[in-house]
Amino acid sequence: MISVEHLTKRYGQHTAVNDVSFRCEAGTVTGFLGPNGAGKSTTMRMICGLTPPTVGASTVDGMPYRRLPNPGRRVGVLLDASAQHPGRTGRETLSLAAQVMGVDRGRVDALLKLVGLDPKAGGKRVRQYSLGMRQRLGLAHALLGDPRVLILDEPANGLDPEGIFWMRTVLRDFADRGGTVLLSSHLLREVEAVADRLVVIGGGRVVADGTKEELLAGSGVRVRGLEPEKLEWALTSAGVAVTRTPDGALVAQAEAETVGRTAAAAGLVLLELRTADGGGLEQLFLDLTANGAAATDGATLAADGVAATTDGATLAANAAAKEATR
Amino acid sequence: MTATATATPTVPAPHATPVSRPSIARLTLVEVRKMTDTRAGFWLLAVTALAYAAVVVVMLVAADPPDLTFYGILQITMLPAGVLLPVIGILAVTSEWTQRGALTTFTLVPERERIAAAKLLAGFVLAGASVAAGLLFAAAGNAIGIAFFDGDGSWSLTAGALGNAVLFQLINMTIGVAFGMLLMNSALAIVMYFLLPTIWGMLTSMIDALRTPAEWLDLGMTTQPLVDNTMSGSDWPKLAASVGVWLVLPLVAGLARLLRREVS
Repeated sequence: MISVEHLTKRYGQHTAVNDVSFRCEAGTVTGFLGPNGAGKSTTMRMICGLTPPTVGASTVDGMPYRRLPNPGRRVGVLLDASAQHPGRTGRETLSLAAQVMGVDRGRVDALLKLVGLDPKAGGKRVRQYSLGMRQRLGLAHALLGDPRVLILDEPANGLDPEGIFWMRTVLRDFADRGGTVLLSSHLLREVEAVADRLVVIGGGRVVADGTKEELLAGSGVRVRGLEPEKLEWALTSAGVAVTRTPDGALVAQAEAETVGRTAAAAGLVLLELRTADGGGLEQLFLDLTANGAAATDGATLAADGVAATTDGATLAANAAAKEATR
Repeated sequence: MTATATATPTVPAPHATPVSRPSIARLTLVEVRKMTDTRAGFWLLAVTALAYAAVVVVMLVAADPPDLTFYGILQITMLPAGVLLPVIGILAVTSEWTQRGALTTFTLVPERERIAAAKLLAGFVLAGASVAAGLLFAAAGNAIGIAFFDGDGSWSLTAGALGNAVLFQLINMTIGVAFGMLLMNSALAIVMYFLLPTIWGMLTSMIDALRTPAEWLDLGMTTQPLVDNTMSGSDWPKLAASVGVWLVLPLVAGLARLLRREVS
């Protein structure tokens, strides 16, 4: 479990993180989303006791990180896969950590194998590793102490698609066994597949926080039929609000079951029926990313952050309202 | 890297783990290992060993036979160690920052003062090891001196002389660690470590008014009696003063900086 309360970090005039609060419960994967420079890494460093917060506090398993007696046995941390001495081999890097944590040496080879680094790769110096291999080594490092909590900053960076899929499986499995996972990304799609909860940060502030369903639900279901006109007519007749998409599909504001039954009753063949792409959240996220990329000074970014917060609040309110009317 | 991605993940079930703080002894062992397990660390130690061998050979060939004693040869090995050990001490600290290992180190051990203590103790271990290695080289050199160079061959070594040798290396090593903590950058710390005393030495030799302060603050002068085993009453306060300036001050400032610096 991770609890973050009102974390704020100021560097002179610049506020990198502004009153950020959220919780990560055991058994869940929390996606920490935001464009580059939004304050994700600073927040994670504050959680791990590496950066002293200006205001606020955070706990891991109910204790401030710096008070954990042997943090590696409780929390697996991967903040930067490149932050390893390039002159050590992968195996030596893990062996040193195992010695610090007091973990059985046998786990080093087991973990290397788990993350897909064969003995030859384990014997190579980290200097020769690709970014993907460093991420795998970093994950092995994080898992070495058999922790209950994982804090991972952009762990999918540099992994190939297969590696990303593998990483998701590992994290999902970890959470399903009761672990707590906090992972950051600047790509919504990357964490959408694995996260239960999403915390979106922009300009140092939390702009959206909720379960994935809440945040992605606002947008209805996407449905495509063999005969689009008849399908649209059938749905409209059944009182379902429908909009067309440019590629010939429809977005219906109803449950998938309602849409399916309506189509079945009308004897129509469906080719596709799924939750529509997370319109509101996606748009919010794109706006944040665009602003983050375009902003040249902190003031603009902060102002946008405030505007986005309003959007986020609206979004959350919408999601709550939808939840209530169901 | 493709076939491996399909390996079945068997993440251990999260559970309550017994938590005990890693002891200072364990952290010290880890720091000793970190000083020696990189290519840079290995070569520094290898160069130190080669330098020991070189000075012993030079001494055997060049010195007068009466000077070829166990202690005489030990004294000569102290010089390369005195130059190279501080570099190992500097790198032990600065590489955490320049190679960014600090992120891992302080994530595993958030109490930075314990890491600082472990690094100092690891430095002591290596300083002790350097004297032990010096004893081995001196013994070999003395034996060869007796056999082939008509050396005096005396094996006498007083506890006081050995203690002075150890103290000399401890001071050198700790100054290195202190400079590393204060400057946090390998190149800068190494350059400063060698440059500052040299500049100070040049100034004091050129300016008459600085001659007396130099006797108290020039570490090269104040530690020479340790090497020569001629420490007398007035040498100790002078040694203490120079150690205060070159070791204690940078160490205290370095510790303060280490404890406060944001790790990223």
